[in-house]
Amino acid sequence: MKRISLAWPRLSWGSLAVFRRNLLVWRKTALTTVLGDVLDPMVALLALGYGLGALLPSIDGVAYITFLAAGSICIGTVYGATFESTYNAFSRLQIQRTWDAMLNTPLSLDDVVWAEILWAQAKALKSGLSIVLVVALFDISRAHTLVWVPLVLVLVGLTFAALGIVISALARGYDFFMYYFTLGITPMVFLSGTFFPSDQLPQALVAVVKFFPLAPAVELVRPLVLGRLPEHVWLNVLQLAITAAIAIWLAAVLMRRRLLK
Amino acid sequence: MSSVAPPSSSQPLNDTGAAGMSAAPPQACTQAPAPALVVDNVVKRYGDRLIVSGLSFSIQRGECYGLLGPNGAGKTTTLRTLLGLTPYDSGNIRMLGYDIPAQAQAARMRVGVVPQMDNLDPDFTVSENLSVFGRYFGMSTKAARARVPELLEFAALESKAHVRIHELSGGMKRRLTLARAMINDPDLIIMDEPTTGLDPQARHLIWERLKTLLSRGKTILLTTHFMDEAERLCHRLGLLDQGRLMTEGTPRALIDQHVEPQVLEIYGEGLANWLGQYTPAPDVRIEVSGETAFCYTADVHALLADVQKRPDLRYLHRPANLEDLFLRLTGRGMREGT
Repeated sequence: MKRISLAWPRLSWGSLAVFRRNLLVWRKTALTTVLGDVLDPMVALLALGYGLGALLPSIDGVAYITFLAAGSICIGTVYGATFESTYNAFSRLQIQRTWDAMLNTPLSLDDVVWAEILWAQAKALKSGLSIVLVVALFDISRAHTLVWVPLVLVLVGLTFAALGIVISALARGYDFFMYYFTLGITPMVFLSGTFFPSDQLPQALVAVVKFFPLAPAVELVRPLVLGRLPEHVWLNVLQLAITAAIAIWLAAVLMRRRLLK
Repeated sequence: MSSVAPPSSSQPLNDTGAAGMSAAPPQACTQAPAPALVVDNVVKRYGDRLIVSGLSFSIQRGECYGLLGPNGAGKTTTLRTLLGLTPYDSGNIRMLGYDIPAQAQAARMRVGVVPQMDNLDPDFTVSENLSVFGRYFGMSTKAARARVPELLEFAALESKAHVRIHELSGGMKRRLTLARAMINDPDLIIMDEPTTGLDPQARHLIWERLKTLLSRGKTILLTTHFMDEAERLCHRLGLLDQGRLMTEGTPRALIDQHVEPQVLEIYGEGLANWLGQYTPAPDVRIEVSGETAFCYTADVHALLADVQKRPDLRYLHRPANLEDLFLRLTGRGMREGT
């Protein structure tokens, strides 16, 4: 049996047709889904921020809701990427067989994988930016440094989009995603310095949490929300970029193993 | 997409009577048009299991070629291999002048595929399914949309243009899938069991459409296990079993070659009794399957006279057909995993 190609997935114009297909479908239901995308995190941010925040002392001299805003932006981005690249991408891959149909055309599997990653990234960006908008609208923060946040979210979205496609490539059914959420996403969302500074955690856990890809995202976004430029910018960017690169490569290889045999 | 220039596409209809296979594909410079497809000694293994074992066949331009075989014979794997979606272990494939898998993407530009399982896009309407699919071939939105009315007419779905996929019947979905495969005006159409699961009306409509395509000079490769479909549509057939081509030729020639011309199917209460005392003539071959004895012979008269004397036997006298051939070559036994 021939070996599966381990090459880096080639990005070509074919991805555009697939990306556009997803965009066309999304446009049909955009109004209803945008409502959920914006309302859900907004309610969570405002309820926890104002409600819980009123009972809490300030963190490092910042109101709790302002502290939470960065976590909320990052969580929204992570969920946006993850839902799209797991449940939705998997439907197209396995249930609707949309990928099979595409592979019978001149499109390559690399085209489809790239398009799905970029599409989940776009959805992530949209979710993240709607929370940035809420943060600005409610005057939780209007720091000038907020303009750098979208750049960070592009990278965070890419990382979690690719990770989700990796999980989809391994999934045999929707049940599999529950493990990813329960063992991966949920602990990450709670422990990566989103709801409280991660140095509150036991020392051993702090070391582990650093490797979660959500940790560098929060490290970058929080200072930007608070009006400062982050320390160790390149270290955090590098961590995200390396995670993204490994995930993109793995997604392509695992999808080849799954579909081109 | 690919910059490889497609080979000339419009070829005259070919003489399709020849059952033999040319050993080497003719070069483009000679008078004879190159075959649409040449499969040469292809081997495919999954681990230790041999799925396709030394398969060779070729299809001329304008020809309809049917790959027949029981479930698990390697039909679908063969089609995937042709499209460059399944790597193979040894051999050669040339499709429309392109090397597979090296130039598979360029080849797929000139091929239309009708898969066994419907994979129409449920998120789109009928006409969106067509135009979105056109974009996968690198067509502009405008060019793809311009193709839609003609394809809707071809599929007899003009009135359903703005209907969602789940509102279509099985036959309509198949027709739309066929129309979708035509979006790029392909030279070769590859179909995996095009009428499985359809009612007779829907099947006839599909057959009629396929004949239209053949009359336009398209080349068709289809897999089927419906013998009437194979007999009706295909100029030539290849019978596949356990990844091997058992035999190949026109439907009539294959039957003549492998099966006695007359068949007497005998059944009824007295069958066991009759079988016990009947000593078959040397030119009569009997196969018993379940409650029926299939008697194959060149001259049925003596046998018929014998059976007609027995009131506890009933019979059906008919000419041999593809199903007899199929069962003769692949056996009557139930197969593992089917």
